[in-house]
Amino acid sequence: MSLNMFIQHLFNAITLGSLYGLIAIGYTMVYGILRLINFAHGDIFMLGAYFVFFSVTLTKLPWGIAVIVAVILSTFCGILVDRVAYRPLRNAPRISALISAIGVSFFIENLGLVIFTGLPRPVARPDWLVRVIKVGGVRILPLAIVVPLVTFLLVIGLLWVVYKTKPGLAMRAISKDIETTRLMGVSVDKVIAITFALGSALAAASGIMWALRYPQINPFMGVIPGFKAFIAAVFGGIGSIQGAVTGGMILGIIEIMVVAFFPALSGYRDAFAFILLIVILLIKPTGLMGEKLEDKI
Amino acid sequence: MNQVKTVLETKEITMRFGGLTAVNSLNMAVPQGSIVGLIGPNGAGKTTVFNMITGFYTPTEGSVFFNGNEITGLPPYKVCETGIARTFQNIRLFTNETVLQNVMIGCHVRQKSKWWMAPFLIPSMIREEKEIREKSMKLLESVALAQHADELSSSLPYGAQRRLEIARALATEPSFLLLDEPAAGMNPLETVELMAFIRRIRDEFNLTILLIEHDMKVVMGICEYIWVLDYGKLIAEGDPEAIQSNPRVIEAYLGEEYAKNA
Amino acid sequence: MDKKKRNFILNLCGIGLLALFMYWAQGNLDGYKIQVINLVAVNAILALSLNLIYGFTGMFSLGHAGFMAIGAYVCAILILSPAQKQALWILEPIVWPFSVMSAPFLVAVLAGGLVAGFFGLLIALPVLRLGGDYLGIATLGFAEIIRVVLTNITPITNGALGIKGIPSYSNLWWNYGWLLFTLYVMVKFINSNFGNVLKAIRDDEIAAKNMGINTFKYRVISFTIGSFFAGIGGALMGSLITTIDPKMFIFLLTFNILMITVAGGLGSITGSVLGSIIITILLEWLRFVENPLTIGSFEIPGIPGMRMVIFSLALIFIILFRREGIMGMRELTWDGLFARFSKGGKTE
Repeated sequence: MSLNMFIQHLFNAITLGSLYGLIAIGYTMVYGILRLINFAHGDIFMLGAYFVFFSVTLTKLPWGIAVIVAVILSTFCGILVDRVAYRPLRNAPRISALISAIGVSFFIENLGLVIFTGLPRPVARPDWLVRVIKVGGVRILPLAIVVPLVTFLLVIGLLWVVYKTKPGLAMRAISKDIETTRLMGVSVDKVIAITFALGSALAAASGIMWALRYPQINPFMGVIPGFKAFIAAVFGGIGSIQGAVTGGMILGIIEIMVVAFFPALSGYRDAFAFILLIVILLIKPTGLMGEKLEDKI
Repeated sequence: MNQVKTVLETKEITMRFGGLTAVNSLNMAVPQGSIVGLIGPNGAGKTTVFNMITGFYTPTEGSVFFNGNEITGLPPYKVCETGIARTFQNIRLFTNETVLQNVMIGCHVRQKSKWWMAPFLIPSMIREEKEIREKSMKLLESVALAQHADELSSSLPYGAQRRLEIARALATEPSFLLLDEPAAGMNPLETVELMAFIRRIRDEFNLTILLIEHDMKVVMGICEYIWVLDYGKLIAEGDPEAIQSNPRVIEAYLGEEYAKNA
Repeated sequence: MDKKKRNFILNLCGIGLLALFMYWAQGNLDGYKIQVINLVAVNAILALSLNLIYGFTGMFSLGHAGFMAIGAYVCAILILSPAQKQALWILEPIVWPFSVMSAPFLVAVLAGGLVAGFFGLLIALPVLRLGGDYLGIATLGFAEIIRVVLTNITPITNGALGIKGIPSYSNLWWNYGWLLFTLYVMVKFINSNFGNVLKAIRDDEIAAKNMGINTFKYRVISFTIGSFFAGIGGALMGSLITTIDPKMFIFLLTFNILMITVAGGLGSITGSVLGSIIITILLEWLRFVENPLTIGSFEIPGIPGMRMVIFSLALIFIILFRREGIMGMRELTWDGLFARFSKGGKTE
């Protein structure tokens, strides 16, 4: 493989990894505070893409404004999911909330199918993002630079919120001990809503950028990326934001680079993530950067 | 001089969780057929000692011997097989099962039939299941719970649940019984009954009993020998009189507590 | 002994009635209705197998579709004739010995179950150390791996094209026969002390361990038996709908079975059967919202996807408002029925 090809693949890999990482953050934050796998998270990613599409086509908003509108709407949806399907089950056995999450995920996907229909929608993409540019002998899309950059900025912003603000402190406290945090007077439900909001916003951003990269959207587009991002979060260490981003990046790189070097394996591409999952669960279930949660009797 | 056999021995067992030492170099030797106690303020490490004996934790250092054999680091189910049974500080019954089923589950460890025999209607298995049922009913009778046999275990009042937990432990046919705060939540009358009950099962089932307890009436009333832990370290051991007058023990926590209960 | 004899006779009568019903149905009901009745039996077997793993032993496994797929493919390959296989495997010719392997239907279904059970055992050994949600996603991961592998080992499975024209030996007699077998095995296990042990593991694994139970061993056993029956169900389903392809065995399939098991009641054998009847019929009935409806001279277009919208809403409702499903952990037994009616409707 030529150096130019390699660099192109690398840019692809980092782009994909960034997109996975953004989604993975939402999973890891929610699991960290609620010990819940938010199955519906991948569908928020899908909604982000669709909201942009409809904002542009139905209301003729400029693309930039449409993005902001879509993120706000998706954030709202994320909070709504928690409020309706998870909050009533806070004191129920954990598996009940998990089943509810699965139900909500199928609900959103099929509601999307009913409302948006399954016609793949071509998404409008601002020209400057998708005009191929040549740097040296390498052909890349500006998107391949913008996505990692935006991801980087978003993650920095999130880390600032989590480590430098009061709501962020509350989030970290809840992930350690939810009951005590409640007793300290923290409005746990509000903080949980904020967590969902942040995660959903990032997922929506990822969905929007994903649609720019792979412009045919459909109501089930969040399923596989969602699974994979969750696996990335587990791999990186559930509960750790840095872990989620790292996990996403590693997964993206593995997916692209393995197929680049061994094209015969491309049919198994989707299985890499799951194999990675099994491997990490068997060797180090807490993930690369995760902490151990002990039993106490 | 009576040569009494030591059934349970811990040699310098230590439990460290990261930077915290929960139990520090504890030596204990429990004589056969005795009722002995492990006491100490909250957080002293008493339940951790139980957990190390029963295999829930593997001691960071040290070893545990049962009937002369080393059992350090054996998984809990193997420890039970050797003949050690326990109850829990916060009752851990099988809440969705009936009272009788809870005890029958305890019998399983000694059951000879194999799991796959059920659909094949093998006579020896059917017979054994019947015997287990009868044996479990007998155990329920000895703890005065037979009339509740087919009720859900979670529907029993607190004291009855504690008795059920003991019956379940007895079903495993132990020779050594660990009771974790058996008198917790009991009123004075129930406490007196409990003390008589513990003495009775020791005699009836040929047991050696080690109990953790905060209720000093129970400890001083039935324990023949007592170990006192504080912050994971053994600060005193001896018979009840020696412990009661030991200044270190009184200092650690006994003073006010005992004055209140005496 | 009297009660036991009475129950035995009642059970025989019940089976007799079922046989009569099936005989009547075959002569009097149309093909579609018979298909639904068949589907009820297959779904019941699948629900029972998941219930064993999750409802009775407490292991949240999301990998059921994977074992169904294995059962379906093994059975299909065994009941297709070598000539049919030569004709169907267009992408790459089918490889020896699968090209010549053949077995009667009973053996083929059993083989499907055994191979599925074998893979269940393989997967259980490393994965059952995990608990709770992690077990769920690990089993889901394995199901997906199975699916991707089936799609790629084209010489054996015909890859993404799948297999068409599977002989439809699967009829009322076979399906309900296998259901009765499944019920018998499950009831025998659950009512024995082994069943109590599984439930103990579900209720409190730590206490179970301290009572001398090797919980890992029994969880593996339960998982293996559950995957065996999932394989049986998959094999029967393959022959029932006569077409299988890897895209059929996605998470949605596991979700459907999970829905039946939850709706019927986790930890209730009766519940799984009842749940299967209700949910299977409901799913079929809901097709009407997806097909165009003609009223007079108006045609209301069908809404694809609406079926699943209603279905997933139903699951959310159940989990929010009636978590224990129809039966909870209770069973419908002859003893229970007699007790209820002899006390004039009051049992407690």
